[in-house]
Amino acid sequence: MDHAHHDSHLLPFWRKYIFSTDHKMIGFQYGFTALFFLLFGFGLMMLMRWQLAYPEQPVPFIGKFFSDDTMPGGVMLPEFYNQLGAMHGTIMVFLGIVPILVGAFGNFVIPLQVGAPDMAFPRLNMASYWLYFLGGVVMLISFFLPGGAASSGWTSYAPLSVIATSGQTFWIIGMAFLIQSSLLGALNIIVTIFQLRAKGLTFFRLPFFIWAQLVTAFLLVLAFPPLLAAAILQLMDRIAHTSFFMPSGLIVSGQPLEVSGGGSVLLWQHLFWFLAHPEVYVLILPAMGIIAEIIANNTRKPLWGYKSMVYSVVFLGFLSFIVWAHHMYLTGMGTVISAFFQATTMIISIPSVVILTALFISLWGGSIRFNVAMLFALAFLPMFGIGGLTGLPLGLATPDIHLHDTYYVIGHFHYIVAPGTIFAIFAGIYYWFPKATGRKMNEFFGHLHFWPSLIFMNGVFMPMFLQGLAGVSRRLYDGGAQYVYAQEVLHWNEFMSWSAWLLGLAQIPFIINFIISLFYGKKVESDNPWQATTLEWQTPTPPGHGNFLTEPVVYRGPYEYSVPNAPKDFVTQNDPIELEIK
Amino acid sequence: MDTIPFTVQPREDTGLFNAKLGIWIFLASEVMLFGGLFSSYVLLRIGSITWPLGSDVLNVPLGALNTIILISSSVTMVLSWAALKEKNLNKFRFNLWATILLALAFMVVKSFEYGAKFSHGIFPKESTYFAIYFTLTGLHAFHVLGGVVVNSYLLGPGTKMWKTDPERFVNRIEVAGLYWHFVDLVWIFLFPILYLL
Repeated sequence: MDHAHHDSHLLPFWRKYIFSTDHKMIGFQYGFTALFFLLFGFGLMMLMRWQLAYPEQPVPFIGKFFSDDTMPGGVMLPEFYNQLGAMHGTIMVFLGIVPILVGAFGNFVIPLQVGAPDMAFPRLNMASYWLYFLGGVVMLISFFLPGGAASSGWTSYAPLSVIATSGQTFWIIGMAFLIQSSLLGALNIIVTIFQLRAKGLTFFRLPFFIWAQLVTAFLLVLAFPPLLAAAILQLMDRIAHTSFFMPSGLIVSGQPLEVSGGGSVLLWQHLFWFLAHPEVYVLILPAMGIIAEIIANNTRKPLWGYKSMVYSVVFLGFLSFIVWAHHMYLTGMGTVISAFFQATTMIISIPSVVILTALFISLWGGSIRFNVAMLFALAFLPMFGIGGLTGLPLGLATPDIHLHDTYYVIGHFHYIVAPGTIFAIFAGIYYWFPKATGRKMNEFFGHLHFWPSLIFMNGVFMPMFLQGLAGVSRRLYDGGAQYVYAQEVLHWNEFMSWSAWLLGLAQIPFIINFIISLFYGKKVESDNPWQATTLEWQTPTPPGHGNFLTEPVVYRGPYEYSVPNAPKDFVTQNDPIELEIK
Repeated sequence: MDTIPFTVQPREDTGLFNAKLGIWIFLASEVMLFGGLFSSYVLLRIGSITWPLGSDVLNVPLGALNTIILISSSVTMVLSWAALKEKNLNKFRFNLWATILLALAFMVVKSFEYGAKFSHGIFPKESTYFAIYFTLTGLHAFHVLGGVVVNSYLLGPGTKMWKTDPERFVNRIEVAGLYWHFVDLVWIFLFPILYLL
């Protein structure tokens, strides 16, 4: 596949691979960094799972490499456990999943799918990556501070976070970098989709992935700044000793705290969840977009109900701004407010169900190609379904009071994000890998990755529902060993931990497959190995600088598969052929 | 396909060039940032037992002076853009200089106000009122500084683009102007809620 790569090969190494302004290279940078952080965040959790399964026993093999401040004699200290928990959440959400969905897939795929030569603002795009990188570095450095990293949960609830050690200050500064990074990235995505669409690519001809990314970008632009506001206030509380989040008369370890007081603890929660609920949709909408592309392509059928899906995703975006306080039923904010938020929460489940149902019905009557990307996409559907349906009781204030502080909640949102979103990420990697590299990933190793992952994911998270319904608190350092109500379901801890470690092992075939396929994978024979319809497959492989050899013109919708009377079972968006409709 | 379209000319269906849509999206995020802080102000004030009247603790004439200074700077910003539209580079330079100097004047007045408070031993931790006062005006001051940096660049090395790509340069001034009006607008909200109410 020898195509003219314009002048990109003339750039010096550091401009081409490090400070690159090419959206594809920035996508790779985001992708590799985010995959590293996903693995790192998973590692933190595998450590925690030891403490949960075998409380206060020394961690074998690696325990002795840790300092006395964290694991004296290999036994994890409660403070270190808290740091691991807080940083697991922060790293997975802000440094792992969002960057890979929006930064890697968004950056790589969006300009290709809308027929653009690059993102609208290439230099802002580069700045976005490097701010993300710096944010990640700050978060990693915080582990080495005296007192360690942030330990007040990924939610950083005040007042605990205000009186925490300096790791929390680093957390705030790291978040400030990440917020700016996502602002630049999301702004770029919105402008690219609005301004750089190819000729003829009207809004209802956009692939569903683009719609999902567009709504996501609006969520990032509008929801992240209030968290920045909250972070600024918390920084003031920590450094200038103000009392935005510190109420009067607070007593810590028997001593009254010397603060001016008058602040509101709930204010932090409102500001935080005003971001963090839309953030949940940031975590899932691009995943749904990836799944929609793969399902349409591998069922060789148009998506069922494309327009309903588009309306649903836009409606989801709007509604996600007015459901945040369903995370706060336990705070005693009042029954009237709870009633309002439980009504909006029930309403927001409707568009999610519409999208999932449309994806399920899209399978009906298709002659499905079971490649690895499709396997992950098919697994996404029931896994996301479990995550979504178990969320309904949490959306209602009354059952939430019982379930909220238990492992049920952990099980619920991990079903959405881990076997949901992360499976979509894997599906996307297997699907777009040939376009990005010109080589296919190995199918055998793909199966070796998929099947154990599916089994062990469920092994990790399904027992959490049992423990949660039994009432086991999700904040216990010993996994419930000293907790009377937990005794009946305590044996699941070991099962879940072994599942988690085996899940870690199951990623090894993926890592091997990924690296080996980069250099030695089977070369693709055409630019469009999956016989797909959307524009990204109409570029050279891998796409050179400027992406398209000639300016693409779009004549039809995104999913014209198996059109009767068409010469092939797919008609690409830029194919000017006139089809007889009978 | 090598060049990114619509960097200068507006796209037909959106009616915007890229940077103009970009700055509006950026300003939308800024609205949410200050919106979050204004909401916090309202919530904290409703929940507080005592809240001083702004005019009792702050210097209203100085605040009013700063309001006038910032509004004038918005006017000179528009004039500098209009001057470029008339292809009058000297008038543009004069007005952009005026914008930058007015912004610096704003900062000087602000620093006198801060200094007066610090010399009386009043710091952000004094009370929730002063905490939100220093936070909001401090964040706003950073935005003013950001505007000064951007405008200085456009007045200095940035002006070279007037020779090579005049239309794009006019667009840049327009975009910088939109940002500057926003910074002005934030102050127009800040002044009454902190100084008067």
